[in-house]
Amino acid sequence: MFGYEFYVDPSRCIGCKACENACAECDTHRGTSMIHVDFIDRASSIATVPTVCMHCDDPTCAEVCPADAIKKTEDGIVQSALKPRCVACSNCVLACPFGVPKMMPKLEQMMKCDMCYDRTSIGKRPMCATVCPSQALAYVTPDRIARERREVPTNVFFFGRQRVTTKVAYMVPPARESVMVDVVDYMWEGGS
Amino acid sequence: MAELPAPLDELVARWGPHRNDEPPGGYEENARHPPDRLVKTHCCFCGQQCGIQLKVRNDQVVGFEPWEDFPFNRGMLCPKGVRRYLQGSHPDRLRAPLLRQAGGFREAGWDEALDLTARRLREIQDRHGRDAVAVYGGASLTTEKAYLVGKFARLGLGTRHVDYNGRLCMVSAGTAYKLAFGIDRSPNPWADIAKAEVLFVIGANVAECAPITTEYVWRCRDAGGRLIVADPRLTPITRNADLYLPVRPGTDLALLLGMLHVVLRDGLEDRAFIDAHTTGFEAVAASAKEWDPRRAAEMTGVPPEAIEKAARWFAEADRAVALHARGIEHQVKGVENCLAVVNLCLATGHIGREGSGCNMITGQGNGQGGREHGQKCDQLPGQRSIADPAAREHVARVWGISPDEIPQAGWSAQEIMEGIHRGEIKGLISLCFNPLVSLPDSNYTREALERLEFFAVIDFFLSETAHHADVVLAGSLQEEEEGVTANVEGRVIHIQQAVPPPADARKDSWILCELGRRLGPARHFAFASSREIFDELREASRGGVADYYGISYEKIDRQQGVFWPCPTEDHPGTPRLFEGGRFFHPDGRARFLATEWRPSGDPLDDEFPILLTTGRVVSHYLSGSQTRRIGPLLDQCPEPRVEIHPRLAEAHGIVDGDWVTVRTRRAEITVQAAVVRTIRPDTIFIPYHWPGGRSANRLTHRSLDPRSKIPEFKVSACRIQKADPPAGGR
Repeated sequence: MFGYEFYVDPSRCIGCKACENACAECDTHRGTSMIHVDFIDRASSIATVPTVCMHCDDPTCAEVCPADAIKKTEDGIVQSALKPRCVACSNCVLACPFGVPKMMPKLEQMMKCDMCYDRTSIGKRPMCATVCPSQALAYVTPDRIARERREVPTNVFFFGRQRVTTKVAYMVPPARESVMVDVVDYMWEGGS
Repeated sequence: MAELPAPLDELVARWGPHRNDEPPGGYEENARHPPDRLVKTHCCFCGQQCGIQLKVRNDQVVGFEPWEDFPFNRGMLCPKGVRRYLQGSHPDRLRAPLLRQAGGFREAGWDEALDLTARRLREIQDRHGRDAVAVYGGASLTTEKAYLVGKFARLGLGTRHVDYNGRLCMVSAGTAYKLAFGIDRSPNPWADIAKAEVLFVIGANVAECAPITTEYVWRCRDAGGRLIVADPRLTPITRNADLYLPVRPGTDLALLLGMLHVVLRDGLEDRAFIDAHTTGFEAVAASAKEWDPRRAAEMTGVPPEAIEKAARWFAEADRAVALHARGIEHQVKGVENCLAVVNLCLATGHIGREGSGCNMITGQGNGQGGREHGQKCDQLPGQRSIADPAAREHVARVWGISPDEIPQAGWSAQEIMEGIHRGEIKGLISLCFNPLVSLPDSNYTREALERLEFFAVIDFFLSETAHHADVVLAGSLQEEEEGVTANVEGRVIHIQQAVPPPADARKDSWILCELGRRLGPARHFAFASSREIFDELREASRGGVADYYGISYEKIDRQQGVFWPCPTEDHPGTPRLFEGGRFFHPDGRARFLATEWRPSGDPLDDEFPILLTTGRVVSHYLSGSQTRRIGPLLDQCPEPRVEIHPRLAEAHGIVDGDWVTVRTRRAEITVQAAVVRTIRPDTIFIPYHWPGGRSANRLTHRSLDPRSKIPEFKVSACRIQKADPPAGGR
């Protein structure tokens, strides 16, 4: 859908798994969800986080694929591994900094979230973001996110010196410009 | 009646619950064929009544598609809504009437089953009087069916004992609102939640029991609103609470009185509003005097500073909304608790305006509409009191009878079960109710069911309660019969018939009419369609508080719902009540009503020193008779776990995953522990959706609120002990 972008705000997530259930109900997935919801640490907190593919500008999964099976289409969507090429080595599963791709042992193929290409290409919003009752997953215009939300979007992530930019945005507190997950990302280690 | 017709494991093996995981024909087959049509209707689970489109092929529901144009939920759904379609083609569906026989049940024809049911009920009434037979209805029924349940009981059977499972849900709030405002409905459209400056949620696990409401809560925050949550557990919405009040179960009244005390002590009340639009303020103000924050803190376990802060935030806001649900209502002082919320809103003038008001979150599918038109033991259609001569006259005229022919008020749901246990009620017909799982003290409920001389059930699955039946009449799912419901906001919406009932199953209203014709004058049950029932209901409600006269199916479709009251055909409906400070009492004023502290019906002592509270999880609905049959929902929460704080767990040598025996004065059950820091250390929590040895309601007690007759599910005394894993499974 032209002009619409995907936003993830874990702080809104209530762990209900409507997204997982809806993803599995899509005709192209036929009972298997391509996304997941996790408790961060249930013993200590009710906080949960939904994980969808972030659709990286330079996808690590594709870079590490020995069979060149993972392609990004023109619209910026990183697709599941091409069935004829995929050798089911799981390099992509191990390498993705967000933990997205999944090996489907029965199919011997890596499958992942394609942001509901079959829906967005005919003017429908992705299944997960449509049903999400807390709108932790949202597929709306950038203008609307800027107008309505108290958090702000970023698409810049650091994973210990690996800088990743993505098509999907994360909602973060105002004045935060990127997400840094490793102490290394805050350190000065000399250099230029 | 009597014992089960076959061993429980044989009944379960034959009738379920089994799981259904895929649409008819399987996902692969289903993906190859487009649906024949999409039907715009509403979810059957919970009072949110989200708009949803059902995919239909070959007269079966085969999937769903979000309905983004419906204004309440705009396409959003919870997992129950997403997977609800899996119950239509379920292998456990009852496809014909069943008659009890040695060793189980056999399928029978409709004439045989209906004739037998009518004959046995009439025999009992001939021998023991009309009131020896009772009727149970339910709040997941459409409003037409609920109306018919009341008419069937009163004119078909002529019994005064008809009540419904909403007695376990909305009656404390309903009673309080009727007393205070003269009307039983949430006053605000849900859009008002997002417009509040302060949102006070007390005793409501919004994220799991009313998931769609979460988005309204977050929108309130997005706009700068502050969120206060009072709950013994850190429920999912507390992750963004600006103030969390960890109230001890059963002490909400002390918290609310403490807040009111601060408001009045600091002069934060809205004097002009109180003077112009209320009565009874002085008595309530006097009752709050003794509840200074220190005393309230000692009772509730909430810090005095937090009580002060909550009170000030709420009172000082220009717009504030209070939301409450079963947490404060499932108590022997459930009505008092709701009145205390009302008093707080009245004192601060937070009512009847955009972004201001107190609102109850109705739980069941038609929790609102199902309680408006006559299946409550003390009510006639239109929210009329059955004791009111004018109301009796109006309804008698619509029904074409003399007012004397309408029985007087009967017993409430739990009181009916106790009447059965005592042997005073000997026959029961029940639909949309699974009391063996949902009423408190389920061993007592089982004993009562075993004493019935005759028991008929209308249902689409063989529930745990229906195991005890003599006759089971195969009824319809929500998507198999047209009708209306009223959602949590009082918005009357249109339920479409998407598919016919399968095989020889029938619409519930057809079954009730056929039974009614066999038992009473046939002219009272000559309905050929839901629309004819609705048209009579409109007349019966006309001039009442819940006035539906101006509503039609077409108007609902045109306006995407009509908020009642809607007294005339050109009336647009009433989204917000009490605007301009006009309430529904004859003098137009709201009532401040003083509240009385009352201890729990199951007090703690040395033998039972821990508080047990019960509730729901997001993937199950009520007694689980439907959701325990839907594979993906079952996978999400296959078994109940008892939540225990590490401090309490450590004192009992319990670690996460251990088996724990929970014992109360009634019974004990053994379930696995979830050791979590998200619950008070003096309290444990068990969800109640399961039967038998996993049933939280084996543990709960039968104490009722004296006015609403709601059981005290939220407060029981218990003790816990580490247990061995059950041998050979469960």
